[in-house]
Amino acid sequence: MQLTKAMASLSPRKRGEGALAPARKKLKVPYIFIFLCMSPWLFGILFFTAYPMITSFYQSFTKFNLIDSPEWVGLDNFHRMFFEDSDFWLALKNTVWISAISIPLRITFAMFTAWVLTKPKRGSSIYRTIFFLPSMVPTVAASMVFTYIFNPAYGPINRGLEAIGIDEPPFWFMDPKWSKWGLILLGLWGIGDTMIIYLAGLLDVPKSLYEAASLEGASPWQSFRYVTLPMMTPVIFFSFVTGVIGSFQYFTQAYVASGQVNDYSHAMYFYATHIYYTAFRAYEMGYASALAWVLLVITLICTLIILKTQKRWVHYPNGSLFK
Amino acid sequence: MGSLSERITIQMSNVLSHLSDEQIAEIENHSKAARRKKRWHDFLEMVGNHSLLIALSTIFIMPLYLVIVISLMNKGQAETRSIWPSPFMWSNYVDVFTLVPFLKWTLNTLFVSVMGTIGVVVSSVPPAYVLSRLQWKGRNTTFVVILGTMMLPGQVTMIPVYIIFSKLHWIPSFLPLIVPTFFSSAFSIFLLRQFFTSIPDEISDAARIDGCSEFKLMMRIVVPLAKPAIAAIALFAFLGSWNDFFGPLLYLVENEDLWTLGIGLNAFQGIHHVQTNMMMTASALFMAPVIVIFFFSQKVFIEGVTLTGVKG
Repeated sequence: MQLTKAMASLSPRKRGEGALAPARKKLKVPYIFIFLCMSPWLFGILFFTAYPMITSFYQSFTKFNLIDSPEWVGLDNFHRMFFEDSDFWLALKNTVWISAISIPLRITFAMFTAWVLTKPKRGSSIYRTIFFLPSMVPTVAASMVFTYIFNPAYGPINRGLEAIGIDEPPFWFMDPKWSKWGLILLGLWGIGDTMIIYLAGLLDVPKSLYEAASLEGASPWQSFRYVTLPMMTPVIFFSFVTGVIGSFQYFTQAYVASGQVNDYSHAMYFYATHIYYTAFRAYEMGYASALAWVLLVITLICTLIILKTQKRWVHYPNGSLFK
Repeated sequence: MGSLSERITIQMSNVLSHLSDEQIAEIENHSKAARRKKRWHDFLEMVGNHSLLIALSTIFIMPLYLVIVISLMNKGQAETRSIWPSPFMWSNYVDVFTLVPFLKWTLNTLFVSVMGTIGVVVSSVPPAYVLSRLQWKGRNTTFVVILGTMMLPGQVTMIPVYIIFSKLHWIPSFLPLIVPTFFSSAFSIFLLRQFFTSIPDEISDAARIDGCSEFKLMMRIVVPLAKPAIAAIALFAFLGSWNDFFGPLLYLVENEDLWTLGIGLNAFQGIHHVQTNMMMTASALFMAPVIVIFFFSQKVFIEGVTLTGVKG
């Protein structure tokens, strides 16, 4: 209604101004309005991002226990990290291990489930709902449920595995060699949100490309390899970057699962866990800040490496987003 | 596409006109057989696809099924690897409220989530509006900074932020979980901006020339048009706090009266020495609201994920 009124009042006035009047008057930029609108974000970034980053950078060179004021110790925290703290290396090793396995596995599985969903002519929305559902389950609940159903004594999963002929199924979360696989399966179960992005990507691939491929006599594998895969590289690239960033912050699942099963060998002790214990159990705020900055640097380096390689393998049909 | 198949048909009819009746009959027989074969092939493919989809669905559903059946077992049976309750202990769903302060945990979680959602929505709409609907110096730089903060690992800012809240004597309380939401969420700004950009500029121009103030334009014209996107950010914000574990772990653990469902559930085993069936009952109740919300808002959800490429 308001719109039509606005349009109605528009035309006569314009005609009165004559043909030489500019078609659209340049409006003054309402800077006060812009400032007011941006202010929640602006104050947010000052209080909750910029100031904390500067402080935590400073604190990473100090010894600080929250009660006494920070004491400058130079590079001691970093020396301790690299040369004295075996938990740091354990956490780093565990984190790299799980990322190296779970990131490619997640990408493959998301692509596979999305691809399967594009196949049927009817009924795919029901399957889509089912595949997506687990990603909605609260992380704490999902982790507790998994540690229980994978429990070798009580859990029905191993009973199922025995039923299909696996005589000695793994002890999963109870066994340091297998607990990370339990976490990986937990992650794959919640693949739904990633899958939706892949599904959108697959549905965006122009049908004509597949037709052209099949006219050329391409096998299903070839049309996947030379049509689908190149068209999906932007999505793969995106989930690769977010996967790397996310894996260094992997915390809740491991924390809950190790709380449930008494993870004596620290097989589920990851980088974010190490920061948490250092900062909020031992209250070594300075050292924890140093750990956090090393995390940031590692994440940045990994992201930059992926960004550097993207020219070689990421294919943008409409030009690159990050030039 | 159409022109290609048309061309093929024309070529086919050209070929056919040079053939004798017998040859045509033979070809027709062949093509009938081919069609039958194709139909059979399609049928097999359909059966194959659906079997694969059903198998995958079973795997995805299995843990949810197990939570529900175990939540209905008695304590003894829950430790026997059974997959069907006997007898059905419907009373678990009542008992869990007296065994642990489940109602209090739920109300706490609900309070934090609702306040957090309000915070995110009121503080993210205006920045998203000026970032997408107005031209100003520094706009693109600001947007790049916002995208950058989305990539920033929370661990880097976590400790000083904790120290700020502890100096304000806000720990333990809900404030550290609620107040920051009123300072915009980068993700929500990003999602809204993507949507606002798709609304044609002519609408704003017309209203502006008519003397409509920017604020009115935002509230009366753009916000109503962007309802689906606002619903999406509200939903993501709500589920984000409902499912959050780390925030409550930092800020609420010290006071049991403030515990949320996530914290309470995680402490369950410690409080009640492996009452597995009850643990599953509590988990089922914890999941239920998000699953119900999901069924009612699936479309909003999936569009939100596709618009930005990320969830929450």
